[in-house]
Amino acid sequence: MTTEVVDMITVVVDGFEVSVPKGTLVIRAAEQLGIQIPRFCDHPLLDPVGACRQCLVDIEINGRAFPKPQASCTIPVEPGMIVKTQLTSPVAEKAQRGVMELLLINHPLDCPVCDKGGECPLQNQAMSNGQGETRFEGVKRTFQKPINISSQVLLDRERCVLCARCTRFSEQIASDPFITLNERGALQQVGIYENKPFESYFSGNTVQICPVGALTGAAYRFRARPFDLVSTPSACEHCASGCDMRTDVRRGKTLRRLAGDDSTVNEEWNCDKGRWAFKYVTSVDRLTTPMVRNASGELVAASWPEALAAAAKGLKASKAAVLVGGRATYEDAYGYSKFARVALGTNDIDFRSRLSSNEEREFLAARVVGSTTTYLDIDRADHVLLVGFEPEEESPIVFLRLNKQVRKRALKVTAIATKLSIGVEKLKGEFIKVAPGAEAAAIASQSLTSKSVILVGERGAESAGVLSAVGALADSSSAKIAWIPRRAGERGALEAGAIGNVLPGGRPVTDASARVDIAAVWGTDSLPSAEGKSTQEIYAAVNAGEIGALVVGGVDPLDGENSQSALAALEKAFVVSLEIASSTVTQHADVVLPVAAVTEKSGSFLNWEGRPRSFDAAVQDSLNRSDLRILSMIAEEMGTSINLGTVTAAIKEIASLGKWDGARASMSKVSAPAQPSVSGDQFILTSWRRLLDLGTLQQGEENLAGTARATVAVISPKRAGALGVVDGDKLKISTSLGSVTLSALVEDIHDDALWAPRNSRGSQLLVNLGVAHGAVVSVVKI
Amino acid sequence: MTKLTPVLSAHWDEKDSFTIEGYKRHGGYTASAKALAMDPDAIIQLVKDSGLRGRGGAGFPTGMKWGFIPQGDNREHYLVVNADESEPGTCKDTPLLMANPHVLIEGCIIACHAIRAKHAFIYIRGEVTHVVRRVNQAIEDAYKAGLLGNGIDVVLHIGAGAYICGEETALLDSLEGFRGQPRLRPPFPAIAGLYARPTVVNNVESIASVPAIIANGAEWYQSMGTEKSKGATLYSLSGHVNNPGQFEAPLGITLREILELSGGIRTGHTLKFWTPGGSSTPLFTAEHLDVPLDYEGVSAAGSMLGTKALQIFDETTCVVRAVLRWTEFYKHESCGKCTPCREGTWWLVQLLRDLEAGKGTEADLAKLLDLCDNIMGRSFCALGDGATSPITSSIKYFRDEYIAHITHGGCPFDPVASTLFAGAGA
Amino acid sequence: MAFSQEDLAIMETIIKRYPRPRSAIMPLLHFVQSRAGYVTNEGIEIIAQQLELAAAEVTAVSTFYTQYKPTPVGEYHVGVCTNTLCAIMGGDAIMEGLKDHLGIENDGVTADGKVSLEHIECNAACDYAPVVMANWEFYDNQTVQSAKDLVDSMRAGNPKPPTRGPNTLVTWKQASEVLAGLNDGRANEGVQAGGPTLLGLKIAKGETK
Repeated sequence: MTTEVVDMITVVVDGFEVSVPKGTLVIRAAEQLGIQIPRFCDHPLLDPVGACRQCLVDIEINGRAFPKPQASCTIPVEPGMIVKTQLTSPVAEKAQRGVMELLLINHPLDCPVCDKGGECPLQNQAMSNGQGETRFEGVKRTFQKPINISSQVLLDRERCVLCARCTRFSEQIASDPFITLNERGALQQVGIYENKPFESYFSGNTVQICPVGALTGAAYRFRARPFDLVSTPSACEHCASGCDMRTDVRRGKTLRRLAGDDSTVNEEWNCDKGRWAFKYVTSVDRLTTPMVRNASGELVAASWPEALAAAAKGLKASKAAVLVGGRATYEDAYGYSKFARVALGTNDIDFRSRLSSNEEREFLAARVVGSTTTYLDIDRADHVLLVGFEPEEESPIVFLRLNKQVRKRALKVTAIATKLSIGVEKLKGEFIKVAPGAEAAAIASQSLTSKSVILVGERGAESAGVLSAVGALADSSSAKIAWIPRRAGERGALEAGAIGNVLPGGRPVTDASARVDIAAVWGTDSLPSAEGKSTQEIYAAVNAGEIGALVVGGVDPLDGENSQSALAALEKAFVVSLEIASSTVTQHADVVLPVAAVTEKSGSFLNWEGRPRSFDAAVQDSLNRSDLRILSMIAEEMGTSINLGTVTAAIKEIASLGKWDGARASMSKVSAPAQPSVSGDQFILTSWRRLLDLGTLQQGEENLAGTARATVAVISPKRAGALGVVDGDKLKISTSLGSVTLSALVEDIHDDALWAPRNSRGSQLLVNLGVAHGAVVSVVKI
Repeated sequence: MTKLTPVLSAHWDEKDSFTIEGYKRHGGYTASAKALAMDPDAIIQLVKDSGLRGRGGAGFPTGMKWGFIPQGDNREHYLVVNADESEPGTCKDTPLLMANPHVLIEGCIIACHAIRAKHAFIYIRGEVTHVVRRVNQAIEDAYKAGLLGNGIDVVLHIGAGAYICGEETALLDSLEGFRGQPRLRPPFPAIAGLYARPTVVNNVESIASVPAIIANGAEWYQSMGTEKSKGATLYSLSGHVNNPGQFEAPLGITLREILELSGGIRTGHTLKFWTPGGSSTPLFTAEHLDVPLDYEGVSAAGSMLGTKALQIFDETTCVVRAVLRWTEFYKHESCGKCTPCREGTWWLVQLLRDLEAGKGTEADLAKLLDLCDNIMGRSFCALGDGATSPITSSIKYFRDEYIAHITHGGCPFDPVASTLFAGAGA
Repeated sequence: MAFSQEDLAIMETIIKRYPRPRSAIMPLLHFVQSRAGYVTNEGIEIIAQQLELAAAEVTAVSTFYTQYKPTPVGEYHVGVCTNTLCAIMGGDAIMEGLKDHLGIENDGVTADGKVSLEHIECNAACDYAPVVMANWEFYDNQTVQSAKDLVDSMRAGNPKPPTRGPNTLVTWKQASEVLAGLNDGRANEGVQAGGPTLLGLKIAKGETK
């Protein structure tokens, strides 16, 4: 991808020539030849440290030999360099054998009970580069056996070889220096400050890169041997970052998930949610059979033909609409999109089961669909502007990428936000403090260049005028826009046309030639031409009696701004629910159709970049069907085939659509409304979801939940002073709908604002208060 | 017979030698005044011409080190003085700073001017409260006198007990507020030292030697010492001698000469072994009494001049006990960063304890030497190398004594006989 | 104990000595010891807050250096050099003598809190061996008896003065304040040099017998 000219340097390793880019370390030049130099502290994504001394090799440059073996992980290649590894230098071989022996003198050699056994770099390299027997007959260093350094991560200091990969990761990659090397010499050990656990959103990476069994995750401890696991490459379904993953399954059950290696996206990292939140798949209330509501109003198990017939009948009986959540795969979303248009004859479909606006819908059609901003643009940006987006909480790999550039070249990051977040602080970002609702004006006053990138989150939809302002700023500066939703399926759903104003590929529904394009591929005479309704409009139309039936897939009605309207609509309409587990929708559904979880099917997500993240079924023998397959069966039953029996069929059909080269939808400018003025006990509420919270996909993971950030209500020092509030005081926050009571935290936040987590333990704002951002709430110290 | 040449120590016998008045009485701060009027490059050249080499152990030419600092780079430069004197046997900088801290401050002013630094840091070990007081007061008085604060600032940084911080890159990490563990080189401090800025790190004695060189000229300095080891230096004599102490002499003086001048080995005893420059320098024996104590002479005889810490041990001393104790020191002071030093010293101590207690075997000696071979040149910094020096050199000269512990089933020496108060009924 | 507003102001001045705040971590840890006697969690948290570091980063530093104590030491902290030269010249015997005399082990503190004992490494005074340090002041040329007398004087509340140091021995906390870089005004007390320091000079000047 890179356009810079790369200087190549040729060196000789063990008699073989290899040409590598200037700056390449000797250890990696050797890898190019397939020569594996043993190592522990070395990690390609961490700064070289040269601590373990396992990778010593003999080096000479233009005939001048280093007097002693050198750490090949710290020395870049140079012209005229001749390297002799353990394969050709007896000195290097003895040096490596000596270091290995020393590494093992204080190691407990408890491989038979160690989780790392079988996939342990220490074990493997002791076999390949060590000697069979130790000469050490003395007393080993002992420590208390594993100690919890968080509810999720355990540390066994006896096994540790002090390579400092974990501490360097925490400092250099995550900027969470909560684990450090403590003490000195032979007593040096990894540790935490006793009152502050290792609560980093990225802590799991340290477990993965630990080259011994010193760091283990509570969830996987003592569960399996690596050779009993079947590994499948997968993609993370938790957010739109798009992590490459590996899912390890034993006898049909996922036992762990690891970060995969994709240098363009997540490099080799992921977040703890992606790593450890997977038990929801096997949660107890998983739906296993279709169900149909009988005459007496009870949901009873039904056969597939029975359920499909009931669904088809109900959907044909009245005007129907489709609500599909943001977690659908690209192919499933495509299925919903086609099903709405072909089987139901409507554009009333929306994937946004969250706070949203019509301004956003126009923005997505005009600016986002088909856009090509990528991680590489972040790497090359001169300035990144964050709008309605907290990368660490809402797209953690974007945070890591920003952090990498901040650390590497002091990338300028500016956040327009109501509250200074931990993540923005770590990015050393410029914090432009605004009142909730007043974001648009601040955006307008930014000056960017054509090398700048605007990262706007889904919360951009929560303040009127923000997305219009983002569009205007991009136009005036030529900066790139990237829209980063939280959920993994939203970008794919947009591209698939699972929204009322565009068809697949960003084709405007109001554009006749666009409709012709799609109708031709779909084999229908025509497609509906009026823009469809949004999620909220669909619920309203049901309640007004204009729509009588709903197809609902993966939606939590409580995620929206008006959950009472949503619940009323679900109760009133004929509801066909496609779900993996029993939910609020199930309670109101007339037909329930169980679907496959992401580990049980193949497919892809489009991450925020629009980059396909495809995956195969990790659990091979699941009987569960994808949404796509079930929608096809319903359509068949309705007599309007959509011909999408398999993921492959969907992929082929999407490919056959080709690119849309017609006009994009345009966007009308929305202005920000006047700000409310607040005083006394009134605040304007602001919130976002934390990475670790009460999200549906985190169910059943108590160890993970234990590392979540504390639930607090944040107000400014000035307002706290006026109310006589100090940290830890209890604040009761109320709207007409209800209240929550939270501990106060006085921090850097706009004076008008009160921040609380949107969906954390004790603070489920949409449920408890009915609002989440921009609404006036009253606050009482109790 | 080589004559002693007190320069640094010339006025230590005056009660107020550590005060600014005492220092100025003998021309103190005239060299810095002279230097500040000179072109910085001319100072660097003068120091190069003098032949002054680093007095902290490695002997790198001081002027050359200064010359490595990039000029005209529009970045901050720093001078860092290594006053973390901790090498066992080494005890020259500490009495120097107690008796005359101003000579170091004057040296700092000159060196800062030469390398275009506005800031000097003196990193002093923390285990010498009164020396800290003296240096701190001297800095304060130099500010009051207008000698500091006019473009050159000196900050005293006080350590907290870590031998490794004498290693220059560990010192820099420590000064930046981190654990004092050595850094990868390159980049070298001259390019990216303190706060990643060009930095000169010099020993106290090196910097303190500069004012006299400026005042008296390169030729004067050159006139002392040997061909490649110019000037005078402090030799620190300790141990089983009648009169221990500091001896400032031209480089190249021998131990025999120093012993003759000072009153010799403890009366009634004979020299058994000694260190030429601290515990990290391979041991010498009586056969090395005439080795010229300059960089080349000591090196040619198989050791290192180091810090010129002449620790003398007579025939009452058990070399195994001595070496074990040093090895325990290295284990205690190993920073923990690299495997060979961290784990190696852990193992060495256990082997030596067994050997001293008579529980070892001859095979253990071979193991000990092989282990040293796996540490020497394999560790991250010189601490690991230093840890092996006393072991390998003592086995070279006193293998029989190790064997005697094995055959005797324990240490054949009486520890009381080697104490200072032996026979005094201690 | 809580740090007073005055203490916090002193900490600010310590931080200002340096071009970058983090460099102040070591003097601040000495300062914490001058107030709390050892490195308390409260002290770690205050330093972390002042330097905008994670508390773990402060702990990483404080546990690296042996002068920072994780638990309280005595009002007079006694270090006996048992590195090779001092040990052989009598340091080992002094250490054993003091352990026996005080009834405590290495790193122990007497029940009255007056004296703590630690074997220390070479303290750069080999020409005065065997060396004992108290609150990091020099007690040169010690014997077992002189060392016992010294700790007795400490327990009696009237410690003998250092050989090369101020006129009276300061307490651990007072010494820690000096090590935090604060001037206690006592630099001019005591000798400029001891005998061995001056030996070479005297020989050169022909002043020896």
